[in-house]
Amino acid sequence: MLADVVKAGVVIFVVVVLQAAIVSTVEPGGGSADLLLVTLTAIALLRGAVFGAVTGFYAGFLLDAASLETLGLSSLLLTLAGYWIGRYGETTGRDRVHAPVLAIGVVTVLYALGGLGMHYLVGDPVSARSGLVDALPAEILLNLILTIPVYALCRRLFARAGARPAMEVEFGTN
Amino acid sequence: MPRNRSLRLAALGSTVQRAASPAYSSTRSAAALRRRIVAGVLVALSLALITGYFRESENGTLHDAQGGVATVLHPFQVGAERVARPFQDAYGWLSGFMHAKSENEKLKERITRLEQQASQNITAARENVELRQALRYKSGPTFPRDYDAIAAEVTYHRLNEFQEKIVVAAGRVDGVRVNDPVVDSAGHLVGNVSKTSPRSAQVTLLTDGEFAVSAYDVQTETYGLISHGQGAGESLILDLVLKDKLVEKNDLIYTAGRRAGQLPSLYPKNIAVGIVKRVGRSDIDIYQSIQVEPLADFSSVSLVLVMVPKDR
Repeated sequence: MLADVVKAGVVIFVVVVLQAAIVSTVEPGGGSADLLLVTLTAIALLRGAVFGAVTGFYAGFLLDAASLETLGLSSLLLTLAGYWIGRYGETTGRDRVHAPVLAIGVVTVLYALGGLGMHYLVGDPVSARSGLVDALPAEILLNLILTIPVYALCRRLFARAGARPAMEVEFGTN
Repeated sequence: MPRNRSLRLAALGSTVQRAASPAYSSTRSAAALRRRIVAGVLVALSLALITGYFRESENGTLHDAQGGVATVLHPFQVGAERVARPFQDAYGWLSGFMHAKSENEKLKERITRLEQQASQNITAARENVELRQALRYKSGPTFPRDYDAIAAEVTYHRLNEFQEKIVVAAGRVDGVRVNDPVVDSAGHLVGNVSKTSPRSAQVTLLTDGEFAVSAYDVQTETYGLISHGQGAGESLILDLVLKDKLVEKNDLIYTAGRRAGQLPSLYPKNIAVGIVKRVGRSDIDIYQSIQVEPLADFSSVSLVLVMVPKDR
């Protein structure tokens, strides 16, 4: 468990740096990928709700610090995102191949809506049009493209040692 | 033999709750409770951070903590930015290559026009110096003579999809303060400083909805207010220009260095802002609709100059 915490801490730190310095500069189609959200989704799906919520809080804190944004804003959104994705991974999405793609698609839209709502609440002048109409379609597409490699990488890093694949159960015929 | 239907229905129809193992049930409910407590505590902590951050001043504990974390992240961001720069340049070169032909035509037109203006300006500048000396004219702070330029690398290119803001690698210890104007390496207006930490500063770009600056048409001396247009992208509008004022396509727009009323502008006069792309008039509007294209290229800005007044 401690090893996973350390790994998650390092991975999220590196991802925040990459998001700030590299990923946010590439904007094909008006939007840029959210590598941090994709990584958080992958970790939460693999490790569950509690781990997802704590990782989300930490990721949000680093993001707000790096961008000099209102402290706690991204933490709140990413905590909720990590928690709900983790719950989905523990319940309905467990062992489903499409779970990461579905989770990323849904959480990208909800995170954008949540971000817009939070910025309105704290009184930041934001443009809903630029966020939801101009940037969101490209962001969803880019996040979905990143999902498979990021999830595969996170699965290698965060696979549980004792976890076994689901077994088929054969009912007795006699 | 008659079948006893009533007994069978009674057996299949009734829902019988399977007795759960007491140990398994309590473990599950304890895990669920723990999960909810953790999520609740983190949400409460986030809300406390937001509230505390709003209530305290810029020198408060949370701002200091944020500055500390930003300082730790800073060298990693600069390092990553430098590693990625060749790839970003290649990406910029490729995307620029697509528009190279049409841009070439525009630039040729612009060079011809600027050559004509430059020859006129040389004579005017000479006359200006002579007249100032003769009148012992006292002017306000002028750009760039009365400002020190602090060069800063861009460490965060776009904070989120709703706001046009960047973070640069110069902060309070470098003398940067809120509202300092920021220009690119060619001297075109990029935005202004909206937040500072000890070693970094947040810059609100010209294309953000929050941004506005008084500006004037250099060719016709018509004054207005530059702000972000309603449409998508990086287009700006020169607002509050009455219909009887003259503004033409391809005119250059510079900062006016003044504000409506008695207050001075945050920006010195004569920082290049943009070029007029379209001028329209409608019967129902008392102002002209003037679309301005910014001169700064926001998609590839990697280094900016924060202009700090020399007399600070």
